[in-house]
Formats: sequence, C-alpha cells, structure tokens
Amino acid sequence: MSDLLSPDAIDAGIESLDYVTVMIGEQMLGLPIRRVHDVFITHAITLVPTAPAEIVGLINLRGRVVTAICLRRRLGRPAEQRRDRQGNVEWVAIGIDHGRESYALIVDAVDEVMRLPPTTLEPAPAHLDPLWATVATGVHRLHDRLLVALDVDALLDFAMPAAA
Amino acid sequence: MDELLQEFLTETGENLETVDRELVRFEREPNNRDILHSIFRLVHTIKGTCGFIGLPRLEALTHAAESVIGRFRDGANVNAIAVTAILETMDRIKDILSELADKGEEPVGSDEVLIGELRTLAELARTELSKAELGGIGPAALDAAQAESDAIEAGFADLEMTSVEPISTADALAAYLARHKAAVAAADDDDGLDLCFRAAPEPARGRDGRIEAPSRPEGASPAPSEAKPASPTLRVSVDTLEHLMTMVSELVLTRNQLLDIARRQTETELKTPLQRLSLITAELQEGVMKTRMQPIGNAWSKLPRIVRDLSGELGKRIDLVLDGGETELDRQLLDLIKDPLVHMIRNCADHAIELPADRLARGKPAHGTIRLAAYHEGGAVTIQVSDDGRGLDLTRIAAKALAQGVINEAELDRLSHTQIARLIFHPGLSTADSLTAISGRGVGMDVVKSNVDAVGGVIDIATSSGEGTTITVKIPLTLAIVSALIVVSAGQRFAIPQIVVRELVRVTAGSDHRMETINGAQVLRLRGSLLPIVVLSDAMGVSPGSEDGFIVVTQIGEQRFGILVDGVFHTEEIVVKPMSSKLRHIPLFSGNTILGDGAVVLIIDPNGLARFVGAAVTRQGAVEDRHDGDPEVVRERDTLLVFRAGAATPKAVPLSLVTRLEEVEAKDFQHGSGRTMLHYRGRLVPVQTIGGAVLRSAGLQPLIIVTNGTMTLALAVDDIVDIVEEVLDLEVMASDDGSVIGSAMIGGRATDVVDLATYLPAHLSACGSGSRMVTDTVARQGILLLEPSDFLREMLSPVLKASGHRLAAVASVAEAREAVDESMAAILLDLDRDLQGTLASIAAIRERSPAVILGLTTMPTPELQRVAAEAGIDLVIGKFDRRTLLAALAEHDSGWRRAA
Repeated sequence: MSDLLSPDAIDAGIESLDYVTVMIGEQMLGLPIRRVHDVFITHAITLVPTAPAEIVGLINLRGRVVTAICLRRRLGRPAEQRRDRQGNVEWVAIGIDHGRESYALIVDAVDEVMRLPPTTLEPAPAHLDPLWATVATGVHRLHDRLLVALDVDALLDFAMPAAA
Repeated sequence: MDELLQEFLTETGENLETVDRELVRFEREPNNRDILHSIFRLVHTIKGTCGFIGLPRLEALTHAAESVIGRFRDGANVNAIAVTAILETMDRIKDILSELADKGEEPVGSDEVLIGELRTLAELARTELSKAELGGIGPAALDAAQAESDAIEAGFADLEMTSVEPISTADALAAYLARHKAAVAAADDDDGLDLCFRAAPEPARGRDGRIEAPSRPEGASPAPSEAKPASPTLRVSVDTLEHLMTMVSELVLTRNQLLDIARRQTETELKTPLQRLSLITAELQEGVMKTRMQPIGNAWSKLPRIVRDLSGELGKRIDLVLDGGETELDRQLLDLIKDPLVHMIRNCADHAIELPADRLARGKPAHGTIRLAAYHEGGAVTIQVSDDGRGLDLTRIAAKALAQGVINEAELDRLSHTQIARLIFHPGLSTADSLTAISGRGVGMDVVKSNVDAVGGVIDIATSSGEGTTITVKIPLTLAIVSALIVVSAGQRFAIPQIVVRELVRVTAGSDHRMETINGAQVLRLRGSLLPIVVLSDAMGVSPGSEDGFIVVTQIGEQRFGILVDGVFHTEEIVVKPMSSKLRHIPLFSGNTILGDGAVVLIIDPNGLARFVGAAVTRQGAVEDRHDGDPEVVRERDTLLVFRAGAATPKAVPLSLVTRLEEVEAKDFQHGSGRTMLHYRGRLVPVQTIGGAVLRSAGLQPLIIVTNGTMTLALAVDDIVDIVEEVLDLEVMASDDGSVIGSAMIGGRATDVVDLATYLPAHLSACGSGSRMVTDTVARQGILLLEPSDFLREMLSPVLKASGHRLAAVASVAEAREAVDESMAAILLDLDRDLQGTLASIAAIRERSPAVILGLTTMPTPELQRVAAEAGIDLVIGKFDRRTLLAALAEHDSGWRRAA
C-alpha cells in the first residue's frame, strides 16, 4: 500500500517520519516537519471579504503576506475562535510554503514534534470521511491515540473558482 | 542615435567579444563544434537584427557567412582557407559596426568579393557533405555530385569575373591569395596555409573600394563594444532585478514600521539613525526603481518606420514628431503600452490624416503631422497622440453607435461632443468606412482602452472637426509602488489607487450632500448630476453601515461612480503585493500591501468594483453580449439569497422570487392534519421546510416568504446567510427529489440552487421558478421585452427569466420589430419613452406574432390605459408591479398553452 504515501512520506521514509503535531478539537494531526517553516501566534488577520470559506484572511509574517487557511474549515469542521488570557482573539498558525507562495494553517493548538518509525504508518481506514481521505497520507497508532498524518500539498490544493 | 541601433550595437559588441576569445581557439582547432556554434549564433543574430533595422550590407555579409558556418557546423571539414575567410568576415563585421557606431549609418562599400568567396566555400562544403553522405553508393550519385561540383566551378568562373584578376578556377586558395596579393607578396613564400594565417590578422580594411576610412576613436580597437557605448552597461537578468525590487519593498515596509513605532515614542535615541535609515531607504528605492525604468522612446522606436511605410501605402504625406522620448517608465508598463501606441499611430495615419490634395483644399499643409509626446505629470506619465487631420466624425460615430445599439436616441441627445467622441472606446465600434489592412478591423480603440485600463491608467480623447484629434493616455510610473488612499469600511481598512480618485465628498444624512435612493439604487447628487454609488461594505458582502461617511468619487475612463466608505485616512505610497493564487479570482481586489503599522490591507480594484454599479456597466455588458451573437448566453449578474438548510452546503434562490424574509416565533406555528400553517398578515400560510431544515420548536424561525400571485408560502430554513450578486454559472445537476436544480459558485463557495417549484403547489409553479427552463422538456415560450432604459431592462430581465421564459430584451422599437417572431408568448412594450412610436408599431407586431401584448409603464393612468387599449395592447401594467406582471404572464402563458 505504499502507493498511498505521499512523496513527503516516501522521501523521509528511510529513517523516520517527523511530524509537527497539531490539534483540531481532540484530534491529533501530523504535518511533515520538512514542510513547516514557522509556528507562530498572531493577533491580527486581515479578513478578505467574499473569499472562500476555508480562507481566514491575510497575515503579515515578518513582512511577507501569507494566506491563512483554517484547518478546521478545510477539514469540514466549524471554525472556532481562540482567545488569549486578556480575552483577545488569537490564532495559532503553522507557516508552510506551497508552490511559490506562503500559507499559514490555522490550528487549535500546536503539540510536540514527533519522530515515528515509518513502519507504524498505516493506510487511512477505508471508511474515513472522503474529505479527510484526500488529505491524509495515513494513520499512526500511538499508545493512547491516533495521529492522522496530513499531506500538505493536498491540504492546500483545494478547488478555486476560475478567475472572474 | 536611434535607440534600437544603440541597443543593437551594445548587444552585438558583447557577442563579438565572446567570439573574439573563441576565435583564438578557432585557429588552433578549426573543427571544434562549440566554437563554430557560438560564431554561428553571433552571425545569425546579427543577420536577423540587420534585416529588422535595415542594414543591407551587414545583412548580405552575415547571410553568406551564416551559410558557410552552418555547413561546417553540420560536419563539413574546416580547412585553412575557410578559417581565414571566416576570420576576415568577422573583421569586416567589426569594421562595419564600428563605423556604424560612429556615424549612425552603414558605411558605403562592397563586400561582393568576400561574399562570393564565402558562397564558393559554402558550395564546396555542401558538396563535401553530400559526398560524405553518398559515399560508395553508386556511380549515378557520384555523377550527380560531379555535376554539382561542375556547377560550382561555373560559380568560380563568375567569381573570377568580379575578382581583381583572372586566376585558376579550381583553386580557391589561389583565388584568395590572388586577392590578397599585396600581403602575400610581402610575406615569405613558405606555404599556402602559413600565408593564410599571416594574412588573416591583417583585416581587409581599406580594400574593396570602400570610401574614406572612418575616423576611428583613439585606441583603434575595431570592437564597437569598446569604442562606442558611453557608459559601460551590464546585463542583469530581470529576475534578479525583480528580487531586488521585492527586497527593497520589504525594506520600505520595515522602515515604515520603525518610523511608526518611533513616532509613538517621545525623544528616543533611535530618532537620528532612523532618519538616516529612512533617507537611505528612499534613495535605495529610487535607485532600484531606476533599474526598471526605460525611456519610453524604446517603445516607439519602431514608429517612424511604420509611419513611413504607411505613408507610402496610403499615398499620404505624414510627418511623425516624437517628443519626450527620454521620459522614463517602468519596463513592465512599457511592454504593455507598446502595442496600443502602435495601434493609435496607425489609426491616425489611416483615418485621421487626409490625402494631400484634400489637405491643400482645406488650406492645410500637404504634410500631415502626427505628434507623439510623453511627459511626467504628477506621479504619472502622460502620453499624447495628436494629429492635425480631419478630426473625428461625430455624426458618423453617433449613427454607428445607434445602429449597433450602444446607445439609444434619447441617451444620445444628452451626450456632449466629448462624450460622443468617447464612444469610440466602446467595444466593437469601428467607424472606418471600409476595412483596410492597416486598421479598422472592428478591434480598435476599445482594445487600446482595455490595455490602458489593465495597467490602471486612464484614457481620454478631444477632437475638433477639421482640426485634429488628441488622445491622452495617463499611466502610472510603475505598477510596483502606487499612491493609494487608505479608507475604512465596516471597521476594515482598504487601499484605493489614487489615480482613479477624483475627489472626496463627505455625506451625512440630512445635509446637502446626502445619499438618495432611486428604486433601490443609491445615488449622490453632485453638482447637478447623479453619481451612482457603490457602498463598499455592500460590495464586500458585509452588513451595510450608516449612510454617513465619505464618497470617493472614482473615474475609470468615461465611467464615474462613487464609493461610499465610512472614513478616509490619508494617502500612502504602498508596495503592491500580488494576491495569493487562492484569492486571485475575487474581482474586488488587485493586490494587498502592508501598511506602516504592519497591518495587511487589501487594495481595491476599481475596475472590479465598477461591476457593482448597475446600469452604466451592464450597458457595456449588453453590447459585448450582442457581439457574441447569441442573446441567450448573456452573463448577467443575478442577485441571490443564500441560506442554510440541513446540509453544510449553502443553498440559494434568486432573490427576485422571494417576496419577504421573516423571523417568526416557533410557537406561532399551528400544526394540524400533517401540515404546519402560520397565521401571517391575516392569512393562513402553509409552512414547509426546505432541504434538511428542521422546523424549530422554540425560538425564532427564519422564513422565506414566497408569493406567487395568489398563493403565499412560508419556507423554513435554518439560517439566512447573505444576499449576493453573482454571475450565475449554474451546473445543472438535479437532485433525486428534484428540489435542487444544480449548483453554482456563489461568493466563492459551491452552493445548491433550490428549485422553488417543487415547494409550490403544482398549478401555481408556472411563474414560480426559473427551474422550469431546466426541468421542462419542452422549451418554454419566449418573451420579448422592449425597454429603452438599460437599468430597467436589466432589472426586469432576471424577473422574466426567472418566470421560466426565454427572453429577448431590446432597446428600440426597430429592434423589437426585428426580434418578434411566432414563438413569442408575450410581448412587453415600454410605453414611457416613445408612446406614439410604440403604439404605431403594434399593428406590425400583431401581424407577425399571435402573442399577448402587455404595456409597461411607470404611471398606469386611466388615460394611458384607454389609449393603449385602443391601440391593441391587451393589458397595461406598472413597471414595478412585478407580481401583477408575473401573474399576467402566467395567466396568458397557460392560456396560450391551452390554445396550443
């Protein structure tokens, strides 16, 4: 079933699979560490009116404008707002490059960095939500929970309406 | 000197230098493919460019050299003679180039001898090649080869005639030596090869009867790359420059942020270094911008030639005056305006300038003048194309515009001369009497205008009959950094490019300047004219704010409209960053930027926003559509109500079908006999749920009220989301239960379009839903709508189409007569604009169609009713009485069906 693995998984597959793990509700998700160039918290997102629902807005990341994509919405879940101790809205973001552009994946929380042997990666179960199935490279069974490994390219490759 | 020539010399000089280095190796390894290849490339490039800028001598020479080197590159053996010949050719090219650089024109002279020799070499090489191919094939082939070489010898015989003195035809070497006999005589007579090499470094200057040796600059190096260009240039790839530009942009942003921080702190030691940083950054930015700048003259270097050729073709005498060619412009923009410029100049030459005889008859000089001027003006470059020709024929433009339905007569009456002249920017309007090869193919000034629009520029025209026309194009200096007005709307800041902003008007409710509403469309009365208003927050799909704020009066070409914003901050130089590919489809924004305080701000695309202006834009759309030749594929914007019901996918219905939106306490519902009813406005109305929506048992229940003439229905949904305007691109994909027609991208999301017909009782559904077009297997009957007002036509069209009819909408009585046919079920005629004309045409329409004729008016007075009835109109209906109209249509529709 190795053909289910994305190039990400195969490239890194010799030694180990390294993930930055993030949380969406109670679900733990893994993003290949090679693709993650930043983890940051932002308090300012410029909303883009009439943008697709998956897109939260635009963030100034050290002088670069990055497009923030809500991982919850991307995975078909309702978006949630997170507040810091002062009650201000904040966003936890993972900086990722895709194509020649920069994106920020908005997640609920960032967990630890995990190094897992490639042999523990199992194909995603057949009955997984089709939306999830297109973006998951597989599932790792950890001792207390499941880690769904995500394919960053598939994640950022959602259909866009043709330019008007 | 000609810019093009200068560029050619610089480029060729650089290439020659490379080849010079290789030539040294070439002598040692004459058969090295790489060297041959780079020489070939140089010669080829020069040849190509020469032909283009008209240097016949160089062209002939390089052409001959190219064929020889080409053969060698193909595998022919390079002998000593060939080496010498090629070296000499290179020297000759250098000579010509250096003289060209000095005098700006090709020196007079003949290269016949050298060319003849090169030809001979080429023939020899070809024979050699073909022999190699044919090697051992058979006597016949060899014979053929022999015949060929005979022919070559004949060629030599020719050469002999032209050469200095007769020599042995078979010996090219001898021929060569004979020609160079001065050099040969001086040299020791060792062997031929040696002679060749000794002869080679001494270029053949001063031979061939060339005129006086040019005064060459000191240093006497023949390479023009050293001799000519005043300041050394360096070729840098555009990518490198772009990257540099990006980095400087970032630096500017960072500096802005620092300044912003420093401003908030009093007396810090940061101040002085920061000021320095600020200055340096500004200088750096300017410097980098300069690398992207090129004189606009580069874009018009081809023009004199074009005009000269055109004059010849057209039998006109035209002078082209170029002014301000040194005006600098971003090279990206330069590329974009090149073609429009050529187009405008061609137009001038073709249409504007009269024939010499005509000009003399009018007391003008026989020579027409086209003037092209460029100059900087307030952060923008203004380019003017003017001529002293006949001026635009406004009568003909008006007639053409009328004929093509761009405007109607009533509108025409209101237009000033300038406005009529501006009609030439409309798509598809070409006034040339006959199509010529030069211009007038129906794509004309509208293309120029759209090119100018695309770079955020503006175009205008002024004309005076018999005296000439001036077209003024104003374009920004660069696309990378623009001056923008920062505004706020619904709590969010946006940037509007300054170039389109005309003025700012403060509006407050109750004051002189206040927003007014005409039939739902917001307008501002500004100095006696009505300015259509786009409420920015509406366009953004955010709930509308207050009516107080600022109107940013915007002008794009001839179109003027106001943008209502809540507040205006200041003007700022912003660095334009492109939109992410995921957001590029949104027409409202052209890019984004980071402001001094670090906030990301969206840059509004005024062209995109202009789509939200009703009539003025749709008129243009209508014209374009007519040119598509198929009125059925009109891409109109429909207003849709988006809501949620059950599934996550949002649903939508055309707003035109919705009577009202309500929120009702769930306890008000009355349940009985399997149905839910609602006491609503004195009537019992059935309540139905749409899709998977669940009827709430407590709290407020959102309802969509649909009325259908006589029947009212309340449709329960989970949530009303939005009202959006969208070009409905419906992908038909009916659901199993038929409740969904298909889906479309609405507001960037896939949305199911609901078929209201499934919820309405069957006998009433005729006017209930646009879905009938899709669901009915029999094509629906057509409706003809005659409505001269663009705005009203646009307003009525969706309603009528939604009623399930094929719609043909026309603007004039004449068009209506054209369009009417037997398949029409109903003909709707406007009675406001031209009552007599319309009534007079009824008889003619009656003849051609059995359809019911309905009169539409804003004021259905009894008098009008009577006159209309006498003229044969079946029913007069108020224009805004949509319900009666639909009911009447439904009634006559079913009547028509029964009859059928």
